[in-house]
Amino acid sequence: MAKTKIPNPDELGKIDYTPPKKHWMDIPVEIKPDMYCHGAKAKSLKVVDFPNARDWTPAEADWKLPEDWKKIVLEGISERLKKYRTFHVFMDICVRCGACADKCHFFLGSGDPKNMPVLRAELLRSVYRKYFTTGGKIFGKTAGARELTLDVLKEWWYYFYQCTECRRCSLFCPYGIDQAEITIIGRELMNLLGLNIEWIAGPTANCYMKGNHLGLEPHTIKSTIDFFVNDIEDITGVKVEPTFNRKGAEILFITPSGDLFADPGIYTAMGYLMLFHELGLDYTWSTYASEGGNFGFFTSNEMAKRLHSKIYAEAKRLGVKWILGGECGHMWRVWHQYHNTWFGPMDFLEEPVSPITGTKFANAKSTKVVHLVEFTADLIKHGKLKLDPSRNDNLVVTFHDSCNTSRGMGFFEEPRYVIKNVCNHFHEMPDDTIRERTFCCGSGSGLNASENMELRMRGGFPRANAVKFVHEKHGVNMLANICAIDRAALPPLMDYWVPGVRVTGTHELVANALVMKGEKERTVNLRNEPLPEKGGDSDV
Amino acid sequence: MPYLEFQGKQIEIDEDGYVVNLDDWTKELATFTSGKDGLTLTENHWEVINFLRDYYAKYQIAPMIKILVKEIGKVMGPEKGNTKYLYELFPDGPAKQACRYAGLPKPTGCV
Repeated sequence: MAKTKIPNPDELGKIDYTPPKKHWMDIPVEIKPDMYCHGAKAKSLKVVDFPNARDWTPAEADWKLPEDWKKIVLEGISERLKKYRTFHVFMDICVRCGACADKCHFFLGSGDPKNMPVLRAELLRSVYRKYFTTGGKIFGKTAGARELTLDVLKEWWYYFYQCTECRRCSLFCPYGIDQAEITIIGRELMNLLGLNIEWIAGPTANCYMKGNHLGLEPHTIKSTIDFFVNDIEDITGVKVEPTFNRKGAEILFITPSGDLFADPGIYTAMGYLMLFHELGLDYTWSTYASEGGNFGFFTSNEMAKRLHSKIYAEAKRLGVKWILGGECGHMWRVWHQYHNTWFGPMDFLEEPVSPITGTKFANAKSTKVVHLVEFTADLIKHGKLKLDPSRNDNLVVTFHDSCNTSRGMGFFEEPRYVIKNVCNHFHEMPDDTIRERTFCCGSGSGLNASENMELRMRGGFPRANAVKFVHEKHGVNMLANICAIDRAALPPLMDYWVPGVRVTGTHELVANALVMKGEKERTVNLRNEPLPEKGGDSDV
Repeated sequence: MPYLEFQGKQIEIDEDGYVVNLDDWTKELATFTSGKDGLTLTENHWEVINFLRDYYAKYQIAPMIKILVKEIGKVMGPEKGNTKYLYELFPDGPAKQACRYAGLPKPTGCV
């Protein structure tokens, strides 16, 4: 297919931040190639009963909208103003101070003023003013109000799919306006007209039908994990024996399906298997609730609920006591910040207690789900794991905080504690780019497709820039994370901006360092690469 | 939806050139689409394409690269069981390019 090639890093790095002279409302949207994703397919939308299911092409003038599209959108706004108090408040309170403007990775990487969070919100706010406020109705443009036209709708679509809902901007907003909530509502409105992207709609449909984003069938999941089991035996001499859909197991383990398919997530999955085996954990995989992530969350709250509820249905069916969740980003946002509002406490499960250390995870009292990294940090803290960090001595590691686990749930220390216990060489990126101030991978919220690669490289530029700094200063060659979208999105980002830095899930590092009972002398790591020589010089 | 004109038929493809209906795939179509990219399919290419199709028929998804590498190494010798060899055959990447010729859909999600 005819594909445009994205500019090289030197060219892409020349970013012009000069604002245009014209008023932003007078600059029509231009749908640029490599900056947007393919439109959602009819077949994907039909599966979940979303409206206006048809094949359409964003680059074409005709988006095949229903005749009364404008009425649908305005009623959609009206309904959501009543339903979501946050949305109503965020439409009213912004004073346009601009504190958020240069905090967005998409603005920093593109220089496009409509990627300033304040202006992205204004795209929607201006229409809100026109139809829902007296000032806007009377004074129009002077009051920052404008008509909802087809061009405005297209502008919304283009820019609401240039926001990864990472919420870095909201950290700097004096009012705490959550831009992600605005994007979420913006995308909900798009979905009323069938204006989704296929990279989100496809996985959502798959997850609804088959239990995971990839559409892995039960026998495919089993065969994939068997493949990992064989590899683990080759590498360690230990045969791990996972179980599937086992009733009466103490723990249900849920992780993103990407870990069962994509490099390097598969090594993270091997890490899970090895750790659980070593602990003798009474746990089971499920081939029904086989997805930790929730791409429904990137379409609408209702769709997110539909996908989320299957995990609990499965927990109930299997009769487990609690749920352990793997390395995923947005799965934790859903669990930590939405679950209780949607469903309240899950009374049929027990408050999670680590069977190894006896630690009660009081933070998981309501959801009954524990993040694997806090579980592992607790194991290490109690001295329950035998670790040989020198096996990771060829690696100089830094940690990328996933937006959802850091800003979404304040999860800063646990992954660092784990990594520092399994690796001897660790360096932090600059303070302004980690922990709650972390920069997004540039591909979150379902934007990790391939046709929007320029957008992804631009959005990931600030993150890559910080990695480049520690790569040059400390020789960092491995970027660790606890999120499957990161594992998928960061390798091409590194290849583009910082060649020589690879990407890993945290439990791959754990498993490499983990000294297992009855293991043979290890000569290779999980990627089948030779281990660094004992006592030899590392390439630090 | 774009189409590919082939042997007097219109074959439905997606924006990235993947065949939409799996039943539309034929060996001739694979030769035709690869030819359009300036690539002549050799026996080595077919070894990969056939494995992909067999795997898909069994599992309804393309195999992960790791499985592909291992299988090709088994069939064609360990010196060919590596990603470098696969990239030599399919410069745009075995996952994308080989699946496109093999008529398989591309995987989506956190991948």
